[in-house]
Amino acid sequence: MSVRMPAADAAVLAKRDRIVATLRAIVPGEGVIAGEREMRPFESDGLTAYRQLPMVVVLPETTQQVSEVLAYCHSEGIKVVPRGAGTSLSGGALPLEDGVLLGMAKFSRIREIDFENRIAVVEPGVTNLAVSTAVAHEGFYYAPDPSSQIACTIGGNVAENSGGVHCLKYGMTTNNLLGCEIVLMNGEVLRLGGKHLDAAGYDLLGLITGSEGLLGVVTEVTVRILKKPETARAVLVGFPSSEDAGACVSAIIAAGIIPGGMEMMDRPAIHAVEEFVHAGYPLDVEALLIVELDGPAAEVDHLIERVEAIARDCGSTTCRVSQSETERLLFWAGRKAAFPAVGRISPDYLCMDGTIPRAKLPEVLAAMKAMSEKFGLRVANVFHAGDGNLHPLILYDANVPGELERAENFGADILKLCVAVGGVLTGEHGVGVEKRDLMPEMFSEIDLAAQQRVKCAFDEKGLLNPGKVFPVLHRCAELGRMHISGGKLPFPDIPRF
Amino acid sequence: MTEVLKPRDAKEVEDAVRWALGNDKALELAGQGTKRGIGRPSQTDATLDLSDLTGVTLYEPAELVLSARAGTPLREIEKLLDDNNQQLAFEPMDYGPLFGLEAGQGTIGGAIASNLSGPRRIKQGAARDHFLGVSAVTGRGETIKSGGRVVKNVTGYDMCKVLAGSWGTLAAMTDITIKVLPKPETESTVVVFGLDDAQACAAMAAAMGSSCDVSGAAHLPDHVASYFDGLPKPEAATVLRLEGVAPSVKHRQEALLALLRPFGPAAMLEARDSTALWRGIREVRPFTTAAAQARPLWRISTAPGQGHAVAARITPAAQMFYDWAGGLIWAAMPFADEPDSGSIRGALADLGGHATLVRAPAAVRAVADVFEPETAGLRALNKRVKDGFDPKGVLNPGRMWAGV
Repeated sequence: MSVRMPAADAAVLAKRDRIVATLRAIVPGEGVIAGEREMRPFESDGLTAYRQLPMVVVLPETTQQVSEVLAYCHSEGIKVVPRGAGTSLSGGALPLEDGVLLGMAKFSRIREIDFENRIAVVEPGVTNLAVSTAVAHEGFYYAPDPSSQIACTIGGNVAENSGGVHCLKYGMTTNNLLGCEIVLMNGEVLRLGGKHLDAAGYDLLGLITGSEGLLGVVTEVTVRILKKPETARAVLVGFPSSEDAGACVSAIIAAGIIPGGMEMMDRPAIHAVEEFVHAGYPLDVEALLIVELDGPAAEVDHLIERVEAIARDCGSTTCRVSQSETERLLFWAGRKAAFPAVGRISPDYLCMDGTIPRAKLPEVLAAMKAMSEKFGLRVANVFHAGDGNLHPLILYDANVPGELERAENFGADILKLCVAVGGVLTGEHGVGVEKRDLMPEMFSEIDLAAQQRVKCAFDEKGLLNPGKVFPVLHRCAELGRMHISGGKLPFPDIPRF
Repeated sequence: MTEVLKPRDAKEVEDAVRWALGNDKALELAGQGTKRGIGRPSQTDATLDLSDLTGVTLYEPAELVLSARAGTPLREIEKLLDDNNQQLAFEPMDYGPLFGLEAGQGTIGGAIASNLSGPRRIKQGAARDHFLGVSAVTGRGETIKSGGRVVKNVTGYDMCKVLAGSWGTLAAMTDITIKVLPKPETESTVVVFGLDDAQACAAMAAAMGSSCDVSGAAHLPDHVASYFDGLPKPEAATVLRLEGVAPSVKHRQEALLALLRPFGPAAMLEARDSTALWRGIREVRPFTTAAAQARPLWRISTAPGQGHAVAARITPAAQMFYDWAGGLIWAAMPFADEPDSGSIRGALADLGGHATLVRAPAAVRAVADVFEPETAGLRALNKRVKDGFDPKGVLNPGRMWAGV
């Protein structure tokens, strides 16, 4: 493990037996797991390169239990790592040796579905897909659809502000939330929002969304549900160069069309996927676009014609429109299987997640090709083309000494490049431990201190998920201090009236 | 008379805040001052006037992104977007005319600081949902940046969210980056006449629950209907807007008419009347008249299905109309010095939601809660958030809540 985690607190480890006993009193039955073998499944999340057994695992079932566990840990100075389904790709749920792993899987009930107000109230352990399934009989769905939607939970989606292939048109998690119940590290239970729009006062719901489990533990979520579009059709377009494909994406948007989804793959990704899924992707192209239009049939047919014309003008060499729902799903099956497909052609891979201004794509792809040669590692690219979110998959073999480290260095260079061209370190996977030490590439010390003061407002002892997101942890007392030079300051040279 | 500081660039904003910090002064933050009348009246020593920080610094239509200095007039941004067939999808309303000011004076910074939105809120979100990146000077006199110029970004806390709607109490924003979207090719509106409030809420729920992709849903009771342009007759009108490409709008319009016919007699407004109507709804037109200026004005957000139940708890002498499919109520109260907070707060305590006393005499705002009162836990948390940004309370102190 190349990322240093906060040092284990020997005093906490020394009283482990007492801690386990106290937690058993709060969460009776099988809700507390302390055996090494039984804790093994919790030692890592989707970022499997990092592993650590927690001190103990707790699986509470009620808000009251969450509150009591957190209040106890707060008073005893015990660190807590919250976990949903453990699908994080950035190590957000990586346990700590001296920490309680708080698994929210038992919060798996859908509490209320209210079609009149078009909302669902769910517990955080409900999977993303289960929300859509629960409202499907009335023709509704929940819009954000991360690729892990079969497994990932709504609580995790809130923590990570998850996106998905449709977020260009329908927004990320933060744009589809109305309220939540949250437990602070000191055990305090707060309710934010509800069935109405916008917050009264500061938008704390917006702040919690994407906070990677560092501000509080969500115990209930109110999400907006939408009526399913009448139809959806996809167009598969091949290009002789990524520049042409990128120009096509820009031209579609410039024409005033916001597709439901717009995805791009480069040649290595296309080949890996086609061999695996047989989606009928053309193999003689450098870049492939999937453009999906949704809405009433009249709208979809009209826009498909326009997209086809734009693609032709941009030099497309192949263009296929899905003629049936089966064919549309087959187009997507390839894209959705991109990660496992790459997994078949390489023993291991690292999935990066930068976002770039879309116009920089050719520049970034060219630079990545050069890096690939420099590091001696292959890279395949899938790209949420509409919003500039790039997922380079770096292929490596963990059994070859030094390859993981080389892959990580390659990944870090890619992310630095993303920032350098005006983009960001992570579009949807989160900072976690993976990108934690790259934060200074994007933020100054002042920026990071301001963010940590937000953390202090929620968790002044810094016990909730420490070691994630922030490269250096400062004490809240130190962050709170004001440094004003002594005496009165002269009036600044600013126009005044 | 209080002093006015008018910085010419972001660095001077920092200087001004540091000066305030070093001399124990409190600053009132203002752009063009169109929302000056909103919030608790607060004691400040000087005004930090950000209206000289102007200019669009980046606009890339194909990337759907625009950056501007905080004091840039919204009007200028909207014109630029319009020239490129784009728009601010959150359809920011204009508070100015509600305070007797000329329309179109507000700035982008003010729009974000008050988290403006309009009728399209139900489909496209509020300012917060389009706010991608910021540079701002905190109450510590430090310049921070957050977010970026790309739509998809989860790097670090989403500080943009907490700044949107913070009414200048956390930081003075200097540079703002927002997401922009294509303008719909055309629009039309389906009108159902003569519904009472409860029937109207049911009709709007049916429309919102259809796949017609409604981008505006309002109910204009008969006592306010005559204030709106575009309506064929001054009767209670439940109005539903459709936007998009022409073949799609035509198809959805027929589907929606069929769906709503059981509720009452329905009609259709073509693009021109539709645009005029929604402009009036966005601007809360009935309550901008000289006669209405003296009436305290509430902005109430609740679950759309509860809108009529909340309204039923307000005195019948109030004038009101509904936006957001029934979830937003604009209520003008009959007596200048009596906002009747008790009945409104009481209804929301029972039915859920929040209310802002947008307009009332300063003396009333000094004693009433302008923003929704918080539970003790939330109040304490909000105070800790404020202290993180502005520990000495130099930025708009007390504007949202006493002591924050």
